[in-house]
Amino acid sequence: MTNKTEVLIIGGGVVGTFIARELSRYKLDITLIEKGTDVCVGTSKSNTALIHAGFNADSNKLKGKLNVRGNELFRTKVQKELEVPIEWIGALVVAQDEAGIPQLEEILENGKRNKVPDLEIVKGERLFELEPNLNKNSVAALYAPTAGIVNPFELTVALANNAVKNGAEVILEAEVTDIEDKGDYKLVKTSKGNIEAKLVINAAGVYADKIAQMVGIKDFKITPRRGEYYLYDKILDIKVNHTIFQLPNKVSKGIVVTPTDEDNLLIGPSAEEIEDKDDLSNTREGLDQVIAGAKKTIPDLTTRGVIKEFAGLRAAIKETGDFLIEASDKVKGFINVAGIQSPGLASSPAIAEMVVGIVKEELPGLEEKDDFDPYEQEIPKFRHMSHKQRMKLIEKDSNYGEIICRCESITKGEILDAIRQPVGARTVNAIKRRVRPGAGRCQGGFCGPKVVEILSEELGIPKTEVKLEKDNSKILVEKTKESLQKEVTDNE
Amino acid sequence: MEDKVMITCVSCPMGCDLNVEVIDEEIKKVEGNRCPRGVEYAKAEYFNPTRVLPTTAKVKGGILPLVPVKTAKPIPKGLLEKAMREIAKVELEAPVKLGDIVIKNVLDTGVDVVATRDLAKK
Amino acid sequence: MNKQSYDLVVVGGGPAGLAAAQEAYDQGVRDILIMERDFELGGILQQCIHNGFGLHFFGEELTGPEYAQRFMEKVAERGIDIKLDTMVLEVTPDKKVYAVNSKEGMLEIDAKAVVMAMGCRERTREAIGIPGSRVAGVFSAGTAQRYINMEGYMPGKKVVILGSGDIGLIMARRMHLEGAEVEAVLELLPFSGGLTRNIVQCLDDFDIPLRLSQTVTRIHGKERLEGVSVAKVDKNLKPIPGSEYYIECDTLLLSVGLIPENELSVAAGIELASVTGGPIVNECRETNINGIFACGNVLHVHDLVDYVTEESKLAGKAAALYLQDKIVKRDKEINIIAGDNIGYIVPHKITEKIEERKRVDLYMRGKRPMENAQILVMDGDKKLFAKKERFVKPAEMISIPLPEKMIEQLEGSTVEVKIVEGGE
Repeated sequence: MTNKTEVLIIGGGVVGTFIARELSRYKLDITLIEKGTDVCVGTSKSNTALIHAGFNADSNKLKGKLNVRGNELFRTKVQKELEVPIEWIGALVVAQDEAGIPQLEEILENGKRNKVPDLEIVKGERLFELEPNLNKNSVAALYAPTAGIVNPFELTVALANNAVKNGAEVILEAEVTDIEDKGDYKLVKTSKGNIEAKLVINAAGVYADKIAQMVGIKDFKITPRRGEYYLYDKILDIKVNHTIFQLPNKVSKGIVVTPTDEDNLLIGPSAEEIEDKDDLSNTREGLDQVIAGAKKTIPDLTTRGVIKEFAGLRAAIKETGDFLIEASDKVKGFINVAGIQSPGLASSPAIAEMVVGIVKEELPGLEEKDDFDPYEQEIPKFRHMSHKQRMKLIEKDSNYGEIICRCESITKGEILDAIRQPVGARTVNAIKRRVRPGAGRCQGGFCGPKVVEILSEELGIPKTEVKLEKDNSKILVEKTKESLQKEVTDNE
Repeated sequence: MEDKVMITCVSCPMGCDLNVEVIDEEIKKVEGNRCPRGVEYAKAEYFNPTRVLPTTAKVKGGILPLVPVKTAKPIPKGLLEKAMREIAKVELEAPVKLGDIVIKNVLDTGVDVVATRDLAKK
Repeated sequence: MNKQSYDLVVVGGGPAGLAAAQEAYDQGVRDILIMERDFELGGILQQCIHNGFGLHFFGEELTGPEYAQRFMEKVAERGIDIKLDTMVLEVTPDKKVYAVNSKEGMLEIDAKAVVMAMGCRERTREAIGIPGSRVAGVFSAGTAQRYINMEGYMPGKKVVILGSGDIGLIMARRMHLEGAEVEAVLELLPFSGGLTRNIVQCLDDFDIPLRLSQTVTRIHGKERLEGVSVAKVDKNLKPIPGSEYYIECDTLLLSVGLIPENELSVAAGIELASVTGGPIVNECRETNINGIFACGNVLHVHDLVDYVTEESKLAGKAAALYLQDKIVKRDKEINIIAGDNIGYIVPHKITEKIEERKRVDLYMRGKRPMENAQILVMDGDKKLFAKKERFVKPAEMISIPLPEKMIEQLEGSTVEVKIVEGGE
């Protein structure tokens, strides 16, 4: 069976879903395909979750322009429309000796060229007022109050849900195997059937080069750069108030120390170029580098209190170090949105805005819909509510009175919501990304069996079919005694 | 016939490693024990090692799909795996009471398999 | 908000909470509520279907569920109130207990006294930082135990177990008997943390190898676990380069330690001891907040449930005395100090005078295995008494009775206990 669509977006990361959502403002057939079992499973899933202010991005590059615009759009529109957790906590770039101050000033100047507002250099006592646990050697910092942190899972899922609400189609577990250029349309072959599309938008993250090669575009290469992280328990006695960067030196860009939107402490990333586009494993070396680096900023940190290690891949075009966002001049109807590494998350609203501009040129005469609904409501968060609000919520639906995840106080109601969304969770990890059971200190030891049970009931599948993430990641292999009984029959 | 084996004594948490020499079905020598209980243990463990087998049995219509069970007394060690397969064949009906007999005289050992908790109906 | 009040609220309906509630009742308290987050009472014992419980307390060998049921029956006979499927969200320093369940919604319970008996949780792969991929098939031993024994599902068929504590050993036998292949039990330390009896009956009986001084250095696989890299470790427990080898498996069970679950305690303002991870308590198991007691694995991780019961009865009795206003402070507080070769001692101090009390038992754990040791109990520099222990194992709790008379005659304000090797 062949599906037809006007615009096909390949990749369900923050960039792909943002483009889908922005295009869904228009009278257009939109299909987004993602090879994973969920949206937000590639680069968007594992990163530092920052909305950079924009001082670091080179003002001569596309990054420099899109970062500041993205930050502004997050502030003025995205946060309100999509009810996504964003905290505008500000960022510090810290110099630990006087020699670093000129470098801070250079970054300040670059930031000014990018039109980052309210940048200043803070010194002395003020610095420690802002950040009491900072290394006592710190002498000065560039302070950027407009920097923020965001929950990338909730953001991406909200974008996908909003796109679907406005008419787009999202197809999961559809891996592109080949693309044929048929002139006025592209025939995109996927593991879930063929799709004919007038316009293909390649937002495939670390695989963007492979996708481009399918239509003969060979002029860029994505070199995955792995970054490893440690995430700490919320109740850690060491707190930081801002996203803290170190001054970049020739060897290293430095390790970031930042709170997350849920107030866990996050440190990382390391940086290591690798070949394998799927290798999200952690290494001893990478993790050691992360903790050693973070200790330079916050000397009291140890690995005590760590609840999670993870790794992500930056989808970098090493040769330019910049985003590549353009309609291909070689292949008509094919738009590359590639090389989206840091500050890609921060820039994502602006990237989508830019891509909409390109689509308008490719498909002239686009009309806006009258009934576009930009709003999404977040799933209720029992953990952040007052007792009174909780009471009302449970009155509405008693499933919100059943705590499934004790570490994070996540209720059954929230988990059901996560499964029943337009782009609903189908795996244990997809539920964790949306509503956090298993994201706490026990890492699912207690709630895991309950989440498996809820998924099995809701999806109407046996527990042995419930997956952690991808296809072969089933959690349970068979019923207890099944093989013993088999042995019995075999023997008889 | 001569046999030499090593048996770890579990009479107490000390866990002495006993070197046991057996000639013609009789224990001739026990070394490595720190107390006389070691000799007794070696004897029992050499000639007739037995274990209580705790496991589960399937239940229909209960609040859980399984009920824990055990052999009411120790059974020969060599029969543990066979007993597991016998128990795997059983499916009880809820409610189950602690002490309910799940299998009478399992594998002709003279020992019953019994439930070790109450399990209510769903 | 659904408001209720009780003289005594017991947070947790496992062995600790059940024994505390029963004892408080027997000491005259009538208005008691047990709050349990699971759908039934009994706590973790319900999934510990193996035998070996109760030898110390009942003088007979029981399985976990049998042990639990005895206490559940005692609580039922006494008509003690129970709320199941109820999660306690907060305990305030003035002993308001906020909780939630789907039937009653939000609950605010005013308590005159509270016993914290929330138990412990397992250390995770993430907490010990094993590198590699994050695949399906890595479980804490207790989670696997719940799947196999209560939910009726096997988490895998070819298993490596890291950690030779009793849970790890028990799970090795359990998975083997249910038809899985257990490739090996690995232990980071040069000695097992489990009982010898379990090594013999769970591993040796089935020829499952126990490999000491080895650990998992990497987890392999893209989606489901495919294997683990294992290495020998040196004296500092660091992997020895070049000693690595690979074991193919679809399941890794972790039995790498238990952590008292004290998030509620911390939020209530209860001070914790860094070694145990549990509250600092006096001999009544009372925390720094008057009228809030703690017992069982939330206080410190026990080796035997029998000791949990003993400790929880102490806490339950003390809660009753507290409610009856029968507790009198001593003039002088006595601090209990863990000296040489002792990991920790509970209680941390002796502060109360209780009529008819004959002795205070000190529960402690040795830091390393020792043979022919002596336990010395010191009043400052003065030796009070010595007790011979033929062997000391960190896995096994030691209890030392401190006679009341001796406590009364103490010269200093500390009692230090230490272990020395050999006699004097």
